[in-house]
Amino acid sequence: MRNFIERHTFWAIVLLLVVVLFLWMIFAVWPDWLVEAFGRKKTFVNTLLNGVTLGGLYFLVASGFTLIFGLMRNVNLAHGSMYLLGAYIGYEVADRTGNWFLGLAVAFLAVAISGVLLQVLIFRRMANDDLRQTLVTIGISIIAADAMLAIWTGTTYQFSPPDWLFGAADLPIISVIKSSGAAVYIKYPVFRLVVLAIAVAVGIGLWIFLNRTRIGMMIRAGVNDREMLAATGVNVQLVFVLVFAIGAGLAGFAGVIGGTALSVAPGEDIRYLLASLVVVIVGGLGSITGAAVGALIIGLAEQFGLAYFPTYGVVLTFLIMVVVLAVRPQGLMGGRG
Amino acid sequence: MDSRRLFSGSFSLKNIHPSVLITAVFLVAYPSFATDFFIFQIGAYSLILGTIALSLMMLAGYGGMVSLAQLTVAGLAAYLMAILGDNSMGVMGLGWPWWLTVIVSVLGAALFSTFIGAVSVRTEGIYTIMITLAVAVAFFYFVRQNYVLFNGFTGFAGVEPPTLFGVYWRDPVPFYYLSLVVAVGFFAAVSYCARSTFGLGLQAIRDNPRRMRALGYNVTLHRIVAYFFSGIVAGVGGVLLVWFNGRVSPGTVGVDVAIDILVIAVVGGMRHPIGPFLGAIAFVLLENFAIDLIDRERFNMVIGAAFLLVVLFSPDGLLGLWNRVRDRLRFRGNAQLSAERVNKDDPASSGSLEKS
Repeated sequence: MRNFIERHTFWAIVLLLVVVLFLWMIFAVWPDWLVEAFGRKKTFVNTLLNGVTLGGLYFLVASGFTLIFGLMRNVNLAHGSMYLLGAYIGYEVADRTGNWFLGLAVAFLAVAISGVLLQVLIFRRMANDDLRQTLVTIGISIIAADAMLAIWTGTTYQFSPPDWLFGAADLPIISVIKSSGAAVYIKYPVFRLVVLAIAVAVGIGLWIFLNRTRIGMMIRAGVNDREMLAATGVNVQLVFVLVFAIGAGLAGFAGVIGGTALSVAPGEDIRYLLASLVVVIVGGLGSITGAAVGALIIGLAEQFGLAYFPTYGVVLTFLIMVVVLAVRPQGLMGGRG
Repeated sequence: MDSRRLFSGSFSLKNIHPSVLITAVFLVAYPSFATDFFIFQIGAYSLILGTIALSLMMLAGYGGMVSLAQLTVAGLAAYLMAILGDNSMGVMGLGWPWWLTVIVSVLGAALFSTFIGAVSVRTEGIYTIMITLAVAVAFFYFVRQNYVLFNGFTGFAGVEPPTLFGVYWRDPVPFYYLSLVVAVGFFAAVSYCARSTFGLGLQAIRDNPRRMRALGYNVTLHRIVAYFFSGIVAGVGGVLLVWFNGRVSPGTVGVDVAIDILVIAVVGGMRHPIGPFLGAIAFVLLENFAIDLIDRERFNMVIGAAFLLVVLFSPDGLLGLWNRVRDRLRFRGNAQLSAERVNKDDPASSGSLEKS
């Protein structure tokens, strides 16, 4: 952080000013000219919060994707299918047992196991052939999408999480002051804030796991030099299986979270695959921090695009990707080119 | 199929392999014995899909760049046809003359392809597939959301080929010959291009970009130009596609269809320009007749399984399967000759798919 400020003082100041401006726009009561320029404050704050929470969800999905790529150089294009599979399994379990948390846990475990199977049965056979691995994941995602359509049909499913997770909370942010002088506070769905909290918790958990544990050390070593790690006597295949399990499990986990915050339907797999792709392209492939930064940027861009220029929202996301690729092909946080 | 001899100047009828002649005669005579369904829905459609897949084969087989956005490029050409030409939806439809529409559509698609290339060649290898997939998905969502230009979810209908020389070109037989001429033309062009200085440079870049850069080749420019050429092929494929369907909608450029194009190219084989056409024929036949064997709904499952089997067990597709069977047969008879032939005749045998 200090390094960044010393090296790019100008950009650090710009960034600081933007943050201050945003904070002011969030907490101040908007003067009339600003309302005229931007619309109501409520829209702005809601869009901002939606963007940040969507970014949290994207981070949950993309972190597994980038973790798997970082170690195994394996672009898992079936990641979106894993997300959807997790959502459906979580829904079935939560629906039958009536326990949402059980659904979450089972989705994580089941998808993690499917990831382990993929790694052991297929990817291990074609190590060091990344294009073929990618083609295989495409084949798997075609079959998985069709199988899921056959089992769960085209219906949209809606989770029913515990009541205390639903509903709206008053945020300590004043939207407008009525003529009577009473302040109107902004309401926001609790569950979306929970999504954000979970994303932050998972992010911190992953950071601690990778940077402060022995297995995490092995994984980081594997990212840098797989052969040397194997030469020091570590069972690399076991580390691979573990990372694949965590990465896939996170996708399933995100499936239940995302399915609860939004809904579960066929086609979501492509949507979240696109999100993961763009997030890791922008953030830098293989970097957890990059996934966090990318997810935040893409989440915000998508929501602001949706709110302020509806038909061109996708283009905004795409433009960000193109600009990043043009300026920094390895992604914002990508170390190696 | 020895394209080298065919284009090296010393060309005589004797050098043509009998199988080429048989194929040519079959393709030309096909409409005389096939029903309209087989001419239009199977024949012409296979040729169109094969042309679009050929544009991918060219990039992936010779350039080592697997692009999932080729259908998107074709789709843009199709949309441009509807926007600049005539359609029956009452949105856009500027009514330009057909020849201008075709030229502008194809060039627009080629420029779009160049742009995709310029964005994606800055990164190496596996990034290409990710970036082009992102482009394909983004384009799909964009045309679905945008009503001003692309008429959103419904898309356009009533896009017709012109009536020229008193022939209505959407009738099965004329349309089949039109597709055949386009497909054969591009097939020959790609075969020729692969032997040209540019094509050889591109293949060398695929195998070792660093060495080529050290030799003074502009690696990035070669790749971008390859994207431009493939954009022209895909664009013409898109024009034929919109004439074939008569309509274009977000479903035409969906991700599943984009992946179908990849499936066609991979299943057919990416070593030789004939591969995509073989793949397309197999795909279209499967698409039309798999209903008899299994539920129509589960078609994707069959396609996915076929694709997975090919990738797992025969990475160079049907073409590679055929070559291996042939080699094995010959091996029994004449081991020496066969080994020589593989070494001398097939410089692409240590091809791109392993290397990337």
